[in-house]
Amino acid sequence: MSLSKIKFDKKIVLSFWIILIALIIAAPTLLPVFRLNLLGRYLSLSIVALGVDLIWGYTGLLSLGQGIFFALGGYCAAMYLQITSSSEFPNNIPEFFALYGVEKLPFFWEPFRSPVFTFFAIWIIPALVAGLIGFLVFRNRIKGVYFSILTQASLLVFFNFFNGQQKLINGTNGLKTDVTQLFGQMVGSESMQRIFFWITALLVIAAWFFAKWVVKGRFGNILIGIRDDEPRVRFTGYNPVIFKTIIFSIAGGLAGISGALYTVQSGIVSPQFMTVPFSIEMVIWVAVGGRGTLLGAILGAVLINYAKSLVSEALPASWMFIQGGLFILVVTALPEGVLGWMQGDGPRNLLQRFGLKRKIETYPSLEVNNNDENNG
Amino acid sequence: MELLLDSLFNGVAIGSVLLVAALGLAIVFGLMGVINLAHGELMMLGAYTTYVTQLIFKLPILKPFYNSYIIVSIFLAFIVSGVVGILLEKTIIRKLYGSPLETLLATWGVSLILQQFVRSVPLAYGTGLVISLLIGLFLPTTFPSKIKESINFKYFKFSSWIFAALTGVLTGSVISSSVSKLSRASARNVDVTAPSWMRGQVEIIGTAFPKTRLMIIVITLISVIAITLFLNQSAWGMRIRAVTQNRQMSDCLGISTEKVDIITFGIGSGLAGVAGVAVSLLGSVGPNVGGNYIVGCFMVVVLGGVGNLLGTVLASFGIGIMTDLIGAGRFLSIWPDMPLPLSNTINFFATTSMARVMIFALIVIFLQFKPTGLFPQKGRMVEN
Repeated sequence: MSLSKIKFDKKIVLSFWIILIALIIAAPTLLPVFRLNLLGRYLSLSIVALGVDLIWGYTGLLSLGQGIFFALGGYCAAMYLQITSSSEFPNNIPEFFALYGVEKLPFFWEPFRSPVFTFFAIWIIPALVAGLIGFLVFRNRIKGVYFSILTQASLLVFFNFFNGQQKLINGTNGLKTDVTQLFGQMVGSESMQRIFFWITALLVIAAWFFAKWVVKGRFGNILIGIRDDEPRVRFTGYNPVIFKTIIFSIAGGLAGISGALYTVQSGIVSPQFMTVPFSIEMVIWVAVGGRGTLLGAILGAVLINYAKSLVSEALPASWMFIQGGLFILVVTALPEGVLGWMQGDGPRNLLQRFGLKRKIETYPSLEVNNNDENNG
Repeated sequence: MELLLDSLFNGVAIGSVLLVAALGLAIVFGLMGVINLAHGELMMLGAYTTYVTQLIFKLPILKPFYNSYIIVSIFLAFIVSGVVGILLEKTIIRKLYGSPLETLLATWGVSLILQQFVRSVPLAYGTGLVISLLIGLFLPTTFPSKIKESINFKYFKFSSWIFAALTGVLTGSVISSSVSKLSRASARNVDVTAPSWMRGQVEIIGTAFPKTRLMIIVITLISVIAITLFLNQSAWGMRIRAVTQNRQMSDCLGISTEKVDIITFGIGSGLAGVAGVAVSLLGSVGPNVGGNYIVGCFMVVVLGGVGNLLGTVLASFGIGIMTDLIGAGRFLSIWPDMPLPLSNTINFFATTSMARVMIFALIVIFLQFKPTGLFPQKGRMVEN
């Protein structure tokens, strides 16, 4: 990387932070609660996107099953909220159980009475599940598209399971959180939503620093090594299985946090979080923003979701066309994503094309780097 | 015994749907290594082709032949999905060979566009568009070689596309003015009614069997036999196998790999269309009909071993029979007085969705022991 590129990078990062912090400070006073709530949701989605960037952008693992961990985090939060606000319902259990004639709380609900357990469960349970799935898959050296297909199949397993179990977790209806109580306040109320927005904003920043720390140093180098040439990493004496499992469970944990934040702000968690399209959308946020950039993941998640809500309000039918076109466009024309394009030679090439900037003559070999191509 | 037979029949019926759906994917994924997530939507196009054919055969001119529309629609569906597949290959997938993850994302985008397309474009004009694609893609190839090699060929190509567009618009408006059901866009599911000779049941060894199911088995059987013959007996089949084994070497020996790619992808997509006809006989047809099958198809191909048709056949029938055994709780009727915890477990999984959970879990466990499927490709490479 040349010196000018690094400077450019820093400029982007700095301006991004200024915009983000200004936005977070100004948003609660400027925006109506509806919009603030939307922004909060998109910010929480950017945490799961950070996880996707860690596993896909840095390690080359394209997971199509991040919805599992997202939904697990959401369910953990929702179960706690439901159970702590169920004192006035029959048998002191959440209301929906009465619909199916269940009188005793299923055993796995019991620990969620404790806020401390829930606080840890939100990120540890998804991380453990991710670690388990990841270990089983990576151990057999299943990689590339096979990994993607298997994660998608696991997603369907979880979806069908959660969708079919009315008596355990209210099946396809999901768990509502907006009418539950947290610390004596209604979760769906305006003041609580403002607080959730602040928490989300802080956690996005924290997650960004955490991800930055993860990919820094030797650990990050090995991840990139696995992405670019896994057999070589293995022959050098590292065991890729361990590193892949660790990074996959980190991404799972981030997805869990993201899911919990999204749940409390959208007011419901349901198996819809585990549908196939939603998990693929997570990948496209990262692809559009720029994989392997971390900032790109946050930007991509927030901007695409914002565009989605704007377009869907104006022209509901056209969003699918736009989204589909975006997938194709990003893959064929902008493989580095928007941020990668800006950090690379994109703007200069564009200016050159319009004759605004002089072409820089170099030996071709200096600029061409083939290693980025084969991370499939 | 009767129970076993019953289970076997049901399993074969489920498995044959899976097989016909997975066959095209086995070709595209197995031979070319292309992950086509739009495969389900190509199936959906096949199913909609059946619906359109059915309505067109209700017109007074074609009314006498109404009973044979399903046979015609099989061929039409093959052509429609094949043409869309070829367009897909020519515009997008060709740029992405060697990077399967990118292909996966791009084809997902295509599948979204196709889904929304059938929702918001009247089917009559959709048919017109397909016809113009067909003409535009194939008319230039029928010109004599003298024209093809001339410098002005691009003008011929351009004018044939204009001709194609005009024909497409014309057929679109003719269809939309004569069949009112096709003239308006609708997101609602549509129903394909089987012709009279396919309704009802037949008895095979004492078991009643719906004729539509039998028809699907026949379609599957013919597709499998045809594709096996094509791959093993025809010249192009040999070229396809050669390119699969060693692309560079085949290229050096004078095989046009570009053409092979187009033909392989076209046939794989066309088979998806045939699968769409089969699927349309089972239930109503909607924009999301393909999405229900795509993951199952991939599991079949992975379980069978990539690039192996026999593996695909065995895997789909295996999954079909297992689905029936688990989903209908048949173990309980085979062994009625089993211990309580075991029978509770079996009852827990004895629904369609839970059977799916169980099947996928079993496949994942199976892949722990044989990560490359039933019939792995032989090789000694570090990377597979």
